[in-house]
Amino acid sequence: MSRDRVSLEICEACAEAVRLADVDVVAAYPITPQTHIAEVLSEMAADGKMEAEYVNVESEHSAMSVCIGASAAGARTFTATSAQGLALMSEMLYIASGLRLPIVMALVTRTLSAPLSIWGDHSDAMSVRDCGWITLFAENGQEVFDFTLQGFRIAEDERVWFPFMVCLDGFHLSHVIEPVELIEEEEAREFLPTYKPKYRLHPDQPVSMGCFAMPDYFSEIKKRQDEELKASYDVIIEVWREWESRFGRSYSPIVAHRTEDAEVVVLIAGGYAGTARLAVDEMREKGLKVGLASLKLWRPFPLEDIRKTLGHARLVVVVDRALSVGGAGGPIAGEVRSAFFHEEKSPVVASFVAGISGRDVLRSDFEAMVRKAFEYLDKGDLPYYEMFGVRE
Amino acid sequence: MAELPSWRTINHACIVFQPGNASEYLTGDWRSRRPELDKEKCVRCGRCWMYCPEPAILWDEVGGYTFDYRYCKGCGICARECPYDAISMVEECEE
Ligand code: SF4
Ligand code: SF4
Repeated sequence: MSRDRVSLEICEACAEAVRLADVDVVAAYPITPQTHIAEVLSEMAADGKMEAEYVNVESEHSAMSVCIGASAAGARTFTATSAQGLALMSEMLYIASGLRLPIVMALVTRTLSAPLSIWGDHSDAMSVRDCGWITLFAENGQEVFDFTLQGFRIAEDERVWFPFMVCLDGFHLSHVIEPVELIEEEEAREFLPTYKPKYRLHPDQPVSMGCFAMPDYFSEIKKRQDEELKASYDVIIEVWREWESRFGRSYSPIVAHRTEDAEVVVLIAGGYAGTARLAVDEMREKGLKVGLASLKLWRPFPLEDIRKTLGHARLVVVVDRALSVGGAGGPIAGEVRSAFFHEEKSPVVASFVAGISGRDVLRSDFEAMVRKAFEYLDKGDLPYYEMFGVRE
Repeated sequence: MAELPSWRTINHACIVFQPGNASEYLTGDWRSRRPELDKEKCVRCGRCWMYCPEPAILWDEVGGYTFDYRYCKGCGICARECPYDAISMVEECEE
């Protein structure tokens, strides 16, 4: 199947996916570096290119609240935000998941202040790690487009009914122009039929959502939420298979590159995986047996895929673009370690925190981290984690 | 008490399908002080009825305003808002 590829800023590609998803309600508050998504969607709504209600809200808390109300009434809804905006809406993120509303959000990842920074890292995404949203990290513009559209389909599946967040790196992805393969409106309709909620706020079949639960109910409610979020894994895989048969692009929770015979595997989420892939190829030329694991699916956490992809390696170098201040390692590294804790054969997991607040991680940096991890291993003094490239 | 549901059978997203079932919850259990009305002072302005946060003040053409102690939680808002000091809050244990 060959299709035209068009040059699009990745924010625009995300907005185009939302338009093709035929959303009913968009509520967003502009914040750098998410702004272009909000801008393009508001233009589309104003110009009649998208038959959606665009709600100009006064804050991100309201943006998510509007999405919750609209989704509860049966509308297909979308929002986008970054950093402080996400922090401000975080209260409502838990509610969206608890109410099991299939809202889709683009999180254009950016550093949480202070000090004030508009640049990208994953500190915002990691701050809402436990809020109960399906969460994916995109590596390039095509993935942003594809994941956004897939998001509605996955979220609205009656075996799922969870909100869905696609994370795209602020600036390094959001503001970059890339060739993106789009799909036709008709194809989008076929892939994503009209949303038909089973439960919604409607006078014909009155229900109450988000009621009070006493302690003798709450644990069961959370357990069901947890089990069903984990079970959404199968639906995600199913939708990815269908996507591949329709549009020819395949996805998996972890996209591996040269990992089969690798002694060391670098694992990273988001756009920097692109640089890491080049770094891996360079290191291979130098004779280092290195592979790359680009983590796409963050929630539900793909435990089995982690074990399968990384289990045979001697060393795994996890590069987190977020610091768990005062913690025991980068947020992803911590979970990777947990994945192996009970396994008989486990790689050593080195945790580096790099690429904070938009700082570049070059090919040479990936190589330096791999070499450093080996050195620590040889000396037997691997730290729990290290902030890479920080001036002493 | 009915058997509590397991996580498998608990309602999806804890949705409540029975409208108005909050009325089964008797908030009067919370009360430590009870409002009492002095019918001599009451001019039937309805202010207490408007301010009461529960459906705990009832209106009746003949008898005027009365309290429904099944729901009155004893917050004292009615007593505070009454412009004629017709409502006094009485400790439940003082009986
Ligand atoms: S506010 Fe006071 S005067 Fe007015 S109806 Fe209530 S008790 Fe009577
Ligand atoms: S004490 Fe509170 S709940 Fe009771 S009748 Fe007065 S206002 Fe209503």
